Amino acid sequence: MTTRFFGAPVRRNEDERLLAGRGQFVDDIRLPGMLHAAFVRSPYAHARLAGIDPSRARAHPGVAAVYTATDLGEYWRPGPLIVPPPPVAGSVFNERTQVPLVKDKARHVGEPVAMVVAESRYLAEDAAALVAVEWDPLPVAAALEQAARPDAPRVHDDVPGNVAAHVRQQKGDYAAAANRAHRIIRRRYRYDHGASMPMETRGVVADWDSAAARLSVWDTTQAPIAIRNGLAEMLGLSERQVRVVAPFIGGGFGPKIMLFYPDEVLVPWAAMRLGRPVKWIEDRAEHFFSTSHEREQIHDAEIAVDAEGRILGVRDVFLHDTGAYDPYGLTVPLNSQCTLLGPYHVPAYDSTFTAVFTNKTLVTPYRGAGRQHGVFVIERLLDAAAHDLGLDRAEIRRRNFIPPNAFPYHNEIIYQDFEPLSYDSGDYAPMLDKALDLVGYGRFVTEEQPALRAQGRHVGIGVVCYVEGTGIGPYEGAKVQVQTSGKVSVLTGIGTQGQGHFTAFAQVVADQLGVEIADVEVITGDTDQFYWGAGTFASRGAVVAGNAVHGAAAAVRAKALATAAKHFECAPEDLVIEDGKVSVAGVPDHAIRLGALAALANPMRGAVAPGTEPGLEAVSYFGPESGATAAGVHAMIVEVDPESMQIEIRKYVVVHDCGTMINPLIVEGQVLGGVAQGIGNAFYEKLAFDDQGQLLNATLADYLLPTALEVPHVELAHTVTPSPLNPLGIKGVGEAGAIPGGPLFAQAIEDALGLPARGIHLDEIPLSPCRVWELAATNAGTE
Amino acid sequence: MIGRVRVRVVVNGVRHEREVEPRLLLSDFIRHELGLTGTHVGCEHGVCGACTVQLDGEPIRSCLMFAAQADGAAIATVEGLAPAPGELAPLQAAFREAHGLQCGYCTPGILMTLDAFLKAHPHPDEADIRAALSGNLCRCTGYQHIVAAVLLATRRNA
Amino acid sequence: MKPAPFDYVVAESVEHALAAKRRYGDEARFLAGGQSLVPAMNFRLAQPAVLIDLNRIPGLGDVRRENDVLAIGALARHRTLEHDPNVARHAPALAEAATYVAHPQIRNRGTLGGNLAQADPASELPAAAVALDASLHVRSAGSERQIAARDFFTGVFATALEPDEMLVRIDVPALPPRTGTAFMEIARRRGDYAIVGIAAVVTVDDARRCVRVRAVLCGAGNSPVCLAAPERVLAGHRGSEAGFAEAAALAGREIDPPANVHATADYRRHLAGVLVRRALALAVSRAEGGDPGGWRGRPAGRITT
Repeated sequence: MTTRFFGAPVRRNEDERLLAGRGQFVDDIRLPGMLHAAFVRSPYAHARLAGIDPSRARAHPGVAAVYTATDLGEYWRPGPLIVPPPPVAGSVFNERTQVPLVKDKARHVGEPVAMVVAESRYLAEDAAALVAVEWDPLPVAAALEQAARPDAPRVHDDVPGNVAAHVRQQKGDYAAAANRAHRIIRRRYRYDHGASMPMETRGVVADWDSAAARLSVWDTTQAPIAIRNGLAEMLGLSERQVRVVAPFIGGGFGPKIMLFYPDEVLVPWAAMRLGRPVKWIEDRAEHFFSTSHEREQIHDAEIAVDAEGRILGVRDVFLHDTGAYDPYGLTVPLNSQCTLLGPYHVPAYDSTFTAVFTNKTLVTPYRGAGRQHGVFVIERLLDAAAHDLGLDRAEIRRRNFIPPNAFPYHNEIIYQDFEPLSYDSGDYAPMLDKALDLVGYGRFVTEEQPALRAQGRHVGIGVVCYVEGTGIGPYEGAKVQVQTSGKVSVLTGIGTQGQGHFTAFAQVVADQLGVEIADVEVITGDTDQFYWGAGTFASRGAVVAGNAVHGAAAAVRAKALATAAKHFECAPEDLVIEDGKVSVAGVPDHAIRLGALAALANPMRGAVAPGTEPGLEAVSYFGPESGATAAGVHAMIVEVDPESMQIEIRKYVVVHDCGTMINPLIVEGQVLGGVAQGIGNAFYEKLAFDDQGQLLNATLADYLLPTALEVPHVELAHTVTPSPLNPLGIKGVGEAGAIPGGPLFAQAIEDALGLPARGIHLDEIPLSPCRVWELAATNAGTE
Repeated sequence: MIGRVRVRVVVNGVRHEREVEPRLLLSDFIRHELGLTGTHVGCEHGVCGACTVQLDGEPIRSCLMFAAQADGAAIATVEGLAPAPGELAPLQAAFREAHGLQCGYCTPGILMTLDAFLKAHPHPDEADIRAALSGNLCRCTGYQHIVAAVLLATRRNA
Repeated sequence: MKPAPFDYVVAESVEHALAAKRRYGDEARFLAGGQSLVPAMNFRLAQPAVLIDLNRIPGLGDVRRENDVLAIGALARHRTLEHDPNVARHAPALAEAATYVAHPQIRNRGTLGGNLAQADPASELPAAAVALDASLHVRSAGSERQIAARDFFTGVFATALEPDEMLVRIDVPALPPRTGTAFMEIARRRGDYAIVGIAAVVTVDDARRCVRVRAVLCGAGNSPVCLAAPERVLAGHRGSEAGFAEAAALAGREIDPPANVHATADYRRHLAGVLVRRALALAVSRAEGGDPGGWRGRPAGRITT
């Protein structure tokens, strides 16, 4: 088998449609008689619902219905727990999930209290303004530390101290490590991630065909199969009666795999009741409240090191803001807890977190999914230790790397896949070397920086490392079929939000079956076509679905060869597959098109041997025994204007290892997109809440996404340590670029302004020119 | 008092005439009245640029205009860029070649911005391109491959 | 977010527009570029019952030089301010300020008149208009008057316009010889509203001593702040780093800047000083170099953002 496409920067199958404006997104769905929904939402972060009167809204022309919690009857219930808590002994977990419409009290600004369905979105919004709602405002648990106090206002009346969860994980003996330490450095860190802000907001269209008794739903979800199964159960339908389609999706990044948002649950229900299709498209103003965020953690962390800067142990106690509900369990703080260990040998670790309910939008994974927070802590601790011991920033990291002969490396504590954290493969020192080389580290530190400083310029460099657990289970599946036309279809369940599945999976199949990429049709995200799988999240698409596709393609290849062998009366080993044909090796005239083989394999008359399966089709499932560990090093040179504290990134380098790459161009695109989000998180994006839980910057004018002028040109390099955990050796890459931006910016800006020498440390993210000025310019500092 | 308003527009060379409410946004008119869903809506506050179309040759935010205001205008949307079905314009082809799109949602607005920009500035450097792009948000690509696509397209034109 | 319903009047002339405004009073708003009004309507923060569309009034956007005055029609687009050679020559601070307004797509529609009438304290053009001693020509159905730019902006989103009045023209007096102007700002991203911005206009005599110094800040108060310190410090003296620094230090005391998610009051005060120093230096060097807008030395056809 020749490998023509796997590993090649193949251009994407899906692009022609998207470039011509013919990609179908959820708001492009138009159905006859379609109605439009709008929601009435709480203006308060915490308020009791004292009364609601929809009568004027119901009477408004063009309104088909207005629903409140009471109208839902039995259908009203809190959503399911999507991710249970991890099996960590001694953990506390208080499950409180979101409700379709507020019944007793609103727990965050924007929580929906009524749904209006009308002939147009314009009319629905007119009518929504006529719904009279009486609120009794309650004290607000807004800020994380305040919400964690025992006497704080309770987001859930029966959960004191707003404790959503409490988890402690340990490895080794930290107390002993601290006793032996040459130095212990303690710091408090605040890491505030932000909102994913995809360019396409969320949306749902539902159509109940009562004649066929079938419900069709189009949803901007990253997990159409889970939505189908859940909706069927909630609506009392069989799974086979429900079809969920995730069409082209304009960016997911995580919050679109939060499942059973109120609208996802209500729009199909309304469609069934009204007997007309219903569409709801989230507008950007709502998106700030009605789609999940990631937000703040506060860490009190300490690192114990020996005189050479080697880590003896780390202890960390942190608070995690989970928002008003916790349906997604503890994925985010667990990732923080685990990813803190990084590419380093940390013999003793004692990590405790408390997830805290607050009166804000719920927190579920957003690209990085809590890894950022952990990476910030360990990288900053190492920088603090390096400064304390007079060590170079790269050297202290190098001294602590897990050596290449130590894999699989067992970190013991429980990861987000509920398995003990284990790194499959990796080789970190060459990545660091490559990054230092690409960024010109040695020359910068010894020559360029001193020269620029002598000119009065403030330039600094940052170098940070991280690992990323990717490609976790449970599993994905794929079905590959050769059609009689010779075209090959690939069906999977995971959907797509722009990461190139239509092409990457085609590459895997094209090589196995000797066809052109353009002849492989990938169908994904339609539960009528394929309905087993968990969805796209946690950097697992290529790894898990990719390997399932590989397995199915390999099985089809075997069937094709077996069928052709019977046809040519030879052994399968005597055959070659290429250019869409199977032929006898060395006898090119003895060839049969794959399409013809498919027809041969599906006789319409006659007898077949027992155990024969029709056609050239196979289904395969892949479930890794544990996740594959990707890794990266980012390095950046930044110049800071000491008057305004505005920055200019002079150089940005990424060295990345995601194992074997199916399509390097797509991999690059993922890393670059992640870097942009990392830059946004580090220096531009902050969800600014006041003490009443009001979001002060709920528009794109004030929630600042990086533009082409804020994101620099990035130099990328790769190293490859294949994963031994899957046949293709792939590791995930979707989140990588977004993970280390925070500590990178903190380190480089500190360096540019010479802050550590003044006793000033940047221990929080996001930063901004104003914040840096506050910390640096006004603080005289002592050392 | 005027109830509905008559709007006559030429879109991608095709005449349309409709009677609409004055408050109907041009973006909604293009997408839902005319069924040209290639133009996307990202924010409705004029910031993200996904809804950018060309009005009498100039790129504008269609979410910040009422369809009623466009009476008599010529509008160009992404559907009009390709020379024929199944073909791509050179700029679009360059985007494909350079992986200048991922989810594709911001892409039509960016194409309409760049199409006008390149007509006025056929040989931009990277800094010029990034400045021209600064009014269009992309959350997927980090912009680098978009810049590469434009440089590729302009090199091919040179 | 969809706007609330409204009725729509297409004004064919200024008189028609003013008559409609008189008829509908506070229920009616003028629609010029719409780049501020329409987002507000989409958010339903503004819900006018009637919109009077000014965009088809012939000549309302014309830019003309009349005697010693540059007359800019209120409907002149930001794009025109950016590229029109008359504006570059005779009101360079406006041209330079226009390059900081949002992005090209916004500048294709947004208008000078609309921007000034909006009176956003963080907006660039009001500061430039004040620094250039512009005079605003305002009409109502029955009358007309001139309002000096420095008297026009009365507070946050508030102007001296009466409910039935419309801004029709902005008159910028000719720059005296040996004048230099500069507009600059600090913003989070290029195109964002200024955290703080400054328009500086300096005229020097033939011995290069400053005879007139205007320094007007945006983003530093409820409306453009015309600073007193720069002229007090520099008048009669040649520009110098020490003079600029002193003016900068004193300027901070003249303002009571707001705070918001992007910047604290103290940081704004600090930035105001930084910008005063930088803008005065630049304006003086342009005055001394005989290049009021600093256009010389820019590559031909340079793309402004």
